[in-house]
Amino acid sequence: MARRDIRAPFIPERDKDKTPILECVDLGIDFGGLTAVDDFNMTIGRTEIAGLIGPNGAGKTTVFNLLTRVYKPSRGKILLEGRDIESMNTIQVNKAGIARTFQNIRLFNELTVLENVLIGLHNEMNYNLLSAVLRMPHFWKDEKIAKNRALELLSLFGMEDLAGQKAGSLPYGAQRRLEIVRALATNPSLLLLDEPAAGMNPSETSELMENIRKVRDTFKIAILLIEHDMNLVMGICEGIVVLNYGKIIAKGTPEEVRNDPVVIEAYLGKKGDVPC
Amino acid sequence: MKKNYKKIPMPVRYAINFVLLLAFLLIVNALIENKVISRSNSIVVVSIGINIILAVSLNLATGYLGQLPLGHAGFMAVGAYSSAILVKNIGATWLTIPLGMVFGGLVAAIFGLIIGIPALRLKGDYLAIITLGFGEIIRVVLLNIDSVLGFKLTYGAASLKNIPKTTNFINTYIVVIITCFVIHTMMKSRHGRAILSIRENEIAAESCGIKTTYYKTLGFVVSAFFAGVAGSLLAGNLGLLNPQSFGFMKSIEILVMVVLGGMGSMAGSVISATVLTALPEVLRAFDTYRMVVYSLLLIIVMIFKPSGLMGKYDFSLSHLLEKLLNFKSSRGKKSEERGS
Repeated sequence: MARRDIRAPFIPERDKDKTPILECVDLGIDFGGLTAVDDFNMTIGRTEIAGLIGPNGAGKTTVFNLLTRVYKPSRGKILLEGRDIESMNTIQVNKAGIARTFQNIRLFNELTVLENVLIGLHNEMNYNLLSAVLRMPHFWKDEKIAKNRALELLSLFGMEDLAGQKAGSLPYGAQRRLEIVRALATNPSLLLLDEPAAGMNPSETSELMENIRKVRDTFKIAILLIEHDMNLVMGICEGIVVLNYGKIIAKGTPEEVRNDPVVIEAYLGKKGDVPC
Repeated sequence: MKKNYKKIPMPVRYAINFVLLLAFLLIVNALIENKVISRSNSIVVVSIGINIILAVSLNLATGYLGQLPLGHAGFMAVGAYSSAILVKNIGATWLTIPLGMVFGGLVAAIFGLIIGIPALRLKGDYLAIITLGFGEIIRVVLLNIDSVLGFKLTYGAASLKNIPKTTNFINTYIVVIITCFVIHTMMKSRHGRAILSIRENEIAAESCGIKTTYYKTLGFVVSAFFAGVAGSLLAGNLGLLNPQSFGFMKSIEILVMVVLGGMGSMAGSVISATVLTALPEVLRAFDTYRMVVYSLLLIIVMIFKPSGLMGKYDFSLSHLLEKLLNFKSSRGKKSEERGS
């Protein structure tokens, strides 16, 4: 089997004739003298579930931070639905359609589960401060729609019964799910999940896989996930990009990536290397 | 269980609260009119009201927004002076009194905006120091200038005197209610949730598409506005303004009220502002030990309830009524079941 060109775009067949949701062209960032990510080329189809994998410190989360404009890239550009996001900040990128979760969970711990999702729905409501203070009909209408929407999103993950609980008091797995729900509430077209299965047991992980697929099918959105759990990555991703030392070393379907000698070397070392 | 939970409809809730607030107003006002509450005590009642406004507005910036401004007395001074000058020069009528309050609030809000935009880029200690500096600047400037643009208005260290004494129980009470209502309704809306999300996790708030700079400034400006309004009430209560009374210690005093009541709890701010204003007066009998008792009380509360008297809990009469209602009906149901 021939290796795929790591600079060429790779998207699943069914998204071929649509504009890709995301295109990264020669993306790179330096922190001082250290090049964290370089020559990063990736294309994600409209409804693709894509995976970004690589050993620890490969630069995966840095890529997420570049996509959400937490960092400004030193080189290259990012196109979201064909539009350059260079002039945007984190908030505008979210409005343009990228939502994310965090590797170390960042929920609004002291607020309830429902309030967490309602904060995600912030920009879906448009009443102004005056109508909020005077409790105008517009306020009640928007709040009611938002609340129903929030409960609907929570029920997708079977969490509607937890709506009144404080987010910080939820068990770990539920907190991870809530973060996904909150990200979905911002109505994204591309969802970035940073290690969604971290700390989950196998049965929770397989449930999560089902949920990720369900999210993609219900909302018709693209999902890019970073994950170390290979069962999950190989199980649901259609396209995978492997990163090592900030550079893409392989790209392709799970099958291709799994058998790629370069990938195996990156993870396990070369045959004949002196073990230390 | 949740499905059978009886709820009180919104209009009824508002009606219950309105009737109770009106009843309280009429009762206390009657007590003052009939001299049951003496003249000197009624001044204490008014200053309780003013302190409630100050504590509730500072709670917006500290408890809800999660910042630590130490210049609340500065905003209060700005509001007090500007409204006092306005009312003094155009005369006190039923129209100019509220106008003076709004004017005092707006000037304070403008100062809040000017300070807030650079200060809110900083976090924690740095914001505290900037606002502390601002409060001191206001005090020193007021102490040293006696005229503005050639008009003799502020009188510097000699104090601004002969301000019409317009503040009474009724208008203080109304302003307290308006302050609490506005801040409460604001916090229970998408704008309030945005402010809370900044306190909880700013990075996550941004990733949810919340304009953090805008909402930080908004919280800060609204907080400054009500501090200004409280200042204008104070001017009308005392009839004279001296810059020295708006020093650093005044800001700390308000902060103590907020922390003691529980950061992020409006009910807590109201209770602790009431207690901490009334306590020194009540303890006047034990003159020498007054401040000792006051300080001890603070220490004891902080040791046994570090999150403040109320923590983040907010009292809601309607929720309490709902609970009672459901408690009764669930007991009724159980006895019915037993009967059958």
